[in-house]
Amino acid sequence: MINIQKYVRAQSLEEAYTLNQKKKNRILAGMLWTRMESGNVPVAIDLCDLGLDKIEENEEEFSIGAMVTLRQLQMHESFENYCDGIVAKAVKDIIGVQFRNLATVGGSIWGRFGFSDVLTAFMALDTYVELYKGGVIPLEQFARMQYDRDLLVRVIVKKKPGVFSYQAMRVQKTDFPILTCGVSCMDGVCKAVIGARPGKAVCIHDDRHLLDGEVTEKKAEAFAEYVAEQVTTGSNMRGSAEYRTHLVKILTGRGVMELGGVRA
Amino acid sequence: MMDITIILNGKKIQDQIEPDMALLDFVREHGCYSVKRGCESSNCGLCTVLMDEVPVLSCSVLAARADGHRVDTLEGLQEEAEEFVGFIADQGADQCGFCNPGFVMNTIALLRENPDPTDDEIRAFLAGNLCRCSGYEGQLRGIRSFLNSRKEEK
Repeated sequence: MINIQKYVRAQSLEEAYTLNQKKKNRILAGMLWTRMESGNVPVAIDLCDLGLDKIEENEEEFSIGAMVTLRQLQMHESFENYCDGIVAKAVKDIIGVQFRNLATVGGSIWGRFGFSDVLTAFMALDTYVELYKGGVIPLEQFARMQYDRDLLVRVIVKKKPGVFSYQAMRVQKTDFPILTCGVSCMDGVCKAVIGARPGKAVCIHDDRHLLDGEVTEKKAEAFAEYVAEQVTTGSNMRGSAEYRTHLVKILTGRGVMELGGVRA
Repeated sequence: MMDITIILNGKKIQDQIEPDMALLDFVREHGCYSVKRGCESSNCGLCTVLMDEVPVLSCSVLAARADGHRVDTLEGLQEEAEEFVGFIADQGADQCGFCNPGFVMNTIALLRENPDPTDDEIRAFLAGNLCRCSGYEGQLRGIRSFLNSRKEEK
């Protein structure tokens, strides 16, 4: 359990940012790691008063505040309709309803966790993050960045027409995934996102145009092979690198076929 | 130390707390012993309370975050729970009983949100409540038989 000396509900992003410049201070999101971490935190900075718990929508995009919970995402009909339900599918096995009522989009994306369903699903969409000082940048770029002291304010999903699918492999429901895989085709450009490698999710674009034209099982297999060659996997208690690389092929292939492929 | 005010089971409670006090400890200090300390790592659902009518894990919520909010525990929802806990007991589904308050709290949240859930919806909603005795089938049968009896009454 972390030891918090002072709790502050920030009244502005500037106040939160200023407090967060001290290395030992911490931003509070879903608070779900407070029990499993240790150490002293001079100031815990809570963003709950900043109105970041809303999902806003206009013709071009969804704007998701950092304090929106995973359950809010799951229950947002318009957002789930847009993305073929992949975000709901990605979060549905994350522990339970009570956990998802606390876990936030901001915390999940900022953490860039090596087991994250959330990061994988959002990377499969056309997603950007709004940082308080760093401005709006693509999520793919954000995932590669080092951790710094900026604030994640919103996650922005552009309403690009497309098709999306999400797959994950778990030993059992509600456990951490062994591998996650999001596949999407937007404006004719396809990509696969592989997470829980274990490591931050990575995005592999179909630069070789293996999925051009009508998608067949053969094309899906070729793309899955290509993705498996590009992605580095590792071993941990949930699975070996070899097993994960095998899963990359299987889940990518299934994901591509789910987008609407035709079996040859 | 910091001052907080929480509406606990409909009663306004003002207290001084340490900034890192968990809501679980706060409600237990105020006599709500139905809220159990289980895994303390956000996994088991034993410590479920309703915060502004939403089920959350009180082991992972700082009492400071709950300042100004309404918190309900099983002590405050006896009447609502009584409607269906008999059906759970009839199925022998509570066994050791340790997980039961968290399970009942989350079932209350489920039935408020979805008064006529399917078996799959019940399983999905209660997936975050671990029980090491029952194997879950008895609990499912209990909720199903409560829902059936409610339909028959209508």
